[in-house]
Amino acid sequence: MAKPKIAIFDFACCEGCQLQIVNLEEEILSLLGVADVVEWREAMSEKSDEYDIAIIEGSITRMEDEERIKRIRGCAKVLIALGACAATGGVNKLKNNFEDFEEVKKCVYGKAAGKPHLRTGVTKAVGEVVQVDYCVPGCPIDAKEFTYIVRSLLLGKTPEIPEYPVCVECKANGNPCLWQYDQVCLGPIIRAGCGARCPSSGFRCFGCRGYVDKPNVEAARDVINRYGLSVDDLKTKMVLFGSRQEPTIYE
Amino acid sequence: MSNRTVNINVHHVTRVEGHGNIVVNATNGKIEKLQWQVPEAPRFFEAMVRGRSYEDIQTIVSRICGICSISHSLVATKAVENATGIQVSEQTDRIRLLLHYSEQLQSHVLHVGYLVAPDLFGVPSVVPLVGIAPGPVKTIIGLHRLANEWSALLAGRITHPVTLRPGGLTKIPTEAQLRELQDRLRKCLPDLKAVADVVLSVAGNLPKFERPTEYVSLKQTQPPTYAFYHGEIASTDAKSTVAVNDWKSVANEYVNDQSTAKWAKWHRDSYAVGALARFNNNAELLSPTAKAVAKMFGLAKGCCNPYFNSVAQIVEAVHVVEVSIALIDTLLTKGLKAETVAVSPKAGKASGAVEAPRGILFHEYEFDRKGNCMSADLCIPTNQNHANIQKDIEKLVPEILDEPEDQIRLKLEMLVRSYDPCVSCSTHMLDVEFVR
Repeated sequence: MAKPKIAIFDFACCEGCQLQIVNLEEEILSLLGVADVVEWREAMSEKSDEYDIAIIEGSITRMEDEERIKRIRGCAKVLIALGACAATGGVNKLKNNFEDFEEVKKCVYGKAAGKPHLRTGVTKAVGEVVQVDYCVPGCPIDAKEFTYIVRSLLLGKTPEIPEYPVCVECKANGNPCLWQYDQVCLGPIIRAGCGARCPSSGFRCFGCRGYVDKPNVEAARDVINRYGLSVDDLKTKMVLFGSRQEPTIYE
Repeated sequence: MSNRTVNINVHHVTRVEGHGNIVVNATNGKIEKLQWQVPEAPRFFEAMVRGRSYEDIQTIVSRICGICSISHSLVATKAVENATGIQVSEQTDRIRLLLHYSEQLQSHVLHVGYLVAPDLFGVPSVVPLVGIAPGPVKTIIGLHRLANEWSALLAGRITHPVTLRPGGLTKIPTEAQLRELQDRLRKCLPDLKAVADVVLSVAGNLPKFERPTEYVSLKQTQPPTYAFYHGEIASTDAKSTVAVNDWKSVANEYVNDQSTAKWAKWHRDSYAVGALARFNNNAELLSPTAKAVAKMFGLAKGCCNPYFNSVAQIVEAVHVVEVSIALIDTLLTKGLKAETVAVSPKAGKASGAVEAPRGILFHEYEFDRKGNCMSADLCIPTNQNHANIQKDIEKLVPEILDEPEDQIRLKLEMLVRSYDPCVSCSTHMLDVEFVR
């Protein structure tokens, strides 16, 4: 059997998720033993239109990028959204909270904001433009979870990512609850799988992996009430990585 | 002069962070178009942080760049603290500096080892290098891993730090962890020397090209230090330094039709930032082994060959390891203390500056009395280099127009790569387009 061909593409993002692939170090070489990476602009000079698996990093923010992702989807048998920007829109969706994009452009580019190459549209996750087969959540992705997902696909298995919240892993790590230290932590409603890395370093979960499929809204309310906070306090933190995707939480 | 017709169009230069294009059109020896274009999708961070709390700023803006996320987090935290009147302890300052050094090593090893070395060996990526030079590739991988683990120890994870907060750190390492890190840093110095030797063996493949250039970086006089994290703004064209809060009088940013990123100029039409700029402003303050490595390559103050930025990065990689060994000694001698962070932000507006691996980085923020962000202005190293890359291309192409097209293309790509551009930072860049 021929080795499956993998291509990696990036859209609007910081390219930090690709960096986590680089950070696999020697493990990349063993991945290359079972698959051919045919295009990866950040690391290689080669380019190709023939691939089985397309790995997409970044959000879609412009019409030309919508066309590009549709072309890629047309070539790929399997399409993976890599990291928060691709999977949920990530921090890029903060822009969507401003109704007037002209004002947003002026804020950054001043009088030059009208130039055609500075146009921008609503920030979209990849799945809002084309069908996504699998997501690797997180900002940035967890390299181990990435290899697990790719390995599963290469073996013909369906990868499974946790459907329980970060609190589960945080408790397992034996951490004190950050709510007791006046931090508005999103652990109760955000998907686990990161090993609760941030709360384990004393920093609140800010939700980079997105919400669990069925967030326990009552538990979140309970925590808010217990610490004398309001839904608005929670919202100010949810907005960082959860802008425009939180309908079930505070309706 | 050549009568050649050359059309080069590198659409999205590879092995750089972000998207950039190079376009060269020459007909019968007459150059019609030479452009460094940056078509990266703009993301509007300066607009997006408005309304967000002072304690969330670093979490948002670190996402400007995956490769220099630590520099962005550090400069944002500094700027937030400067604007809101928050002080930090000497211990916090030292640990943050130690974290900053880890990113310099990580980024420089990544750039020289994974992105530049393939050009010097004449291969398209690091993958075939494994076959040509397995020993050095293994050494580079080991150094990159060490740098990442060093970052993770102090930042809570490799990319996008989670230990930085206005006023302090959420977590500090133990003395045992610092001792172990110090031991590993001592042991990696011979590895860095080995990498330097390998690069020296192919350094003849770095194009010989010079263009007198203004170099801008931080300069620290109290105490005199090869500056990455403290100090004021210095230029090879200016005798005195400029205060960080006045960075706008240095960068003079403007929007260019070729680019979704802003461009900058100070005393000339353009200036350069990065390892070579730091070297040209501060070389006498390098650590002893770093000085020896610079000498080995014949790198001396006043170098204006942009391709030697990669050599300056090797020199700096040695330097940050050597000074970090000493910095850990200081931390251990003083003894680590758990600190509680209690801050109450004031309204205010101020800037911060650090040297990201690819050059000086400025952030400015304004906050209301509740600590909510009212405005932000961020000035990214690669933006400051764009105009200089364009000027280099304008001088270089006529000099090499008689060479084979592949050679012209390679030299142009290598030129852009040598700046270690971080285009998603600056928004994006890099394509070489030959038009026939």
